[in-house]
Amino acid sequence: MKRASSSLTLQNGNIVPKAKKPLSYRIKLFFSKYGIGYLLLAPFIIFFSIFVVIPVVVAFSTSFTSYNMLQPAKYIGITNYKLLFLDDKVFLTALKNTLVFSLIVGPTGYLLSFVAAWVINQLKLRTAFALAFYAPSITSGVAMSTVFLVLFSSDSKGYINNFLLQLGLIDTPILWNQDPKYIMSVIIFISLWMSMGTGFLVFLAGLQNIPREYYEAGAIDGVRNKTQELFLLTLPMMKPQLLFGAINSIVSSFGVFDIAVSVAGMPSPEYAGHTIVAHLYDYAFIRFQMGYASAIAVVLFLITFILGKVVMKLLSSRDE
Amino acid sequence: MVIKLRLGKYKKVRIKPSMVLVYIFMIVLVAFTALPIVYVVCTAFKPLDELFLYPPRFFVRRPTLKNFSDLVLSLGSSTVPFTRYVFNSLLTTIATVVLTVLVSSMGAYSLVKHKPPGAKTLFNIILMALMFSAHVTQIPRYMVVNSMGLINSYWALILPNVAVAYNIFLMKQFTEQFPDELLESARLDGANEWQVFVRIVMPSLTPAWSTLVVFSFVSSWNDYFSPLIYITSQAKRTMPIALQTIAGGPAASSIGRAGAVAAATFIMLVPVIIIFTAMQKRVMETMVHSGIKG
Repeated sequence: MKRASSSLTLQNGNIVPKAKKPLSYRIKLFFSKYGIGYLLLAPFIIFFSIFVVIPVVVAFSTSFTSYNMLQPAKYIGITNYKLLFLDDKVFLTALKNTLVFSLIVGPTGYLLSFVAAWVINQLKLRTAFALAFYAPSITSGVAMSTVFLVLFSSDSKGYINNFLLQLGLIDTPILWNQDPKYIMSVIIFISLWMSMGTGFLVFLAGLQNIPREYYEAGAIDGVRNKTQELFLLTLPMMKPQLLFGAINSIVSSFGVFDIAVSVAGMPSPEYAGHTIVAHLYDYAFIRFQMGYASAIAVVLFLITFILGKVVMKLLSSRDE
Repeated sequence: MVIKLRLGKYKKVRIKPSMVLVYIFMIVLVAFTALPIVYVVCTAFKPLDELFLYPPRFFVRRPTLKNFSDLVLSLGSSTVPFTRYVFNSLLTTIATVVLTVLVSSMGAYSLVKHKPPGAKTLFNIILMALMFSAHVTQIPRYMVVNSMGLINSYWALILPNVAVAYNIFLMKQFTEQFPDELLESARLDGANEWQVFVRIVMPSLTPAWSTLVVFSFVSSWNDYFSPLIYITSQAKRTMPIALQTIAGGPAASSIGRAGAVAAATFIMLVPVIIIFTAMQKRVMETMVHSGIKG
């Protein structure tokens, strides 16, 4: 039990105020306790500050200016934000598209990754299965787009169109990547397929991290089947990885861009495949309005940050 | 109902029907998701007449090695041979991976176990950096790199990727699971901090940094954007750029060189698969004992 520190002490039979330790001594004490911690952190802090923090701060401050990269930035206050929410109908469409996409792909992809990792963890030939599931993330765009072209091709030769035509469900081939009604569904489907990416590997590694003794102890204590084992043992032990996967899922589902563009083109018909990041890209690299694009990025950041905080409250395993 | 098979005198195998179903389901699913790899591997060996079939066929009828010789020859006449691009990619990627693992592991260990004052704030900043779209930070980052005079050097490809928020977040989550008691007992036994880190923490976190190796390798190897904006001389370019050069431009699918493109795509895929297999074995084989009793 720690004694409560007081500012008085006993000396030669008298009670006198305690002398404060000299500053140099306290600095030495601080560094001997935390010095090694700072030393280990130093490389990271240096590179992080230079290459990540500074660009983010610059981007944040650019959102309050009007900047077209040829002339110096002009401070315009919150005009960008006002325009964004009050005047920009395309942004609202993009917001709606992205929300729909994220609400479906985020949780579903997350669940799929976890279930896939959990099942693979119990099979033989884990590495081969893991490689096959991770494959969509490592092959570059050309291979993926060819595979999907074969499936979703807009003429009658694409596998899906062919299949549906033969079954008699449709009369003419569906224009998968042209028809505004279907674009979102195609993007969602492809994204789900590609969601077995980094989260999946992290879950696999996390599952391997759980000591076998816990399962044995659980079996002795009466855990009967796999489902109980999953909810009572595995999931609580994996909270850090679950949090990582959740944040990753949120950030990547709200930041969807490449898939939408390669399926639907830019701009997509009636902006049906337009996402927030597509809107950002439009203003940054096509219209060269960096200030407006930065404002979009800040809004996106706020959305993901709030969601991220909510998830952290749910899934943090320590008193963060 | 369990089927028991006897394979030899002492080896018995029990097969449950539910497990058989699971295996069948997984194999079907896997055949589907592995299609891109199959496609890349087979296309690299297709002779010219099979390359342009529409709809594309997945398997090759008459495999040939001509695409690979095409690849070496196609760039032989220009000033930079293909092997130079391979070398550049390998160099930058390996340097990135090694530095990333070191910096991220040390940083995560310090954040979680030493908890210097300001750690919580730093972690919040890391989270915020994670959520800021990369497209917008590219331009300020270019200005930073430019002001440091690193344009057109290998460092411009390596250094910005060393302190990525994603990587340290990954390591931090895994480090949180590491029991404190092991650290205390190691310190009691007289190890200094560096020994504790290298001999006790890192081996125990093998699944974590193996996964990190795979991630950083893949992202650096396939990175098309960074070399595009930071490298101006032909001799220092990396493979993704080389691929685009052979193909004749980012969106063009040229006819004349399609074979070489297919071969180059295959060559780009092979190291990724090697690294992945090697690291996954490490993940799977880790000792799963926590080393703590009671």
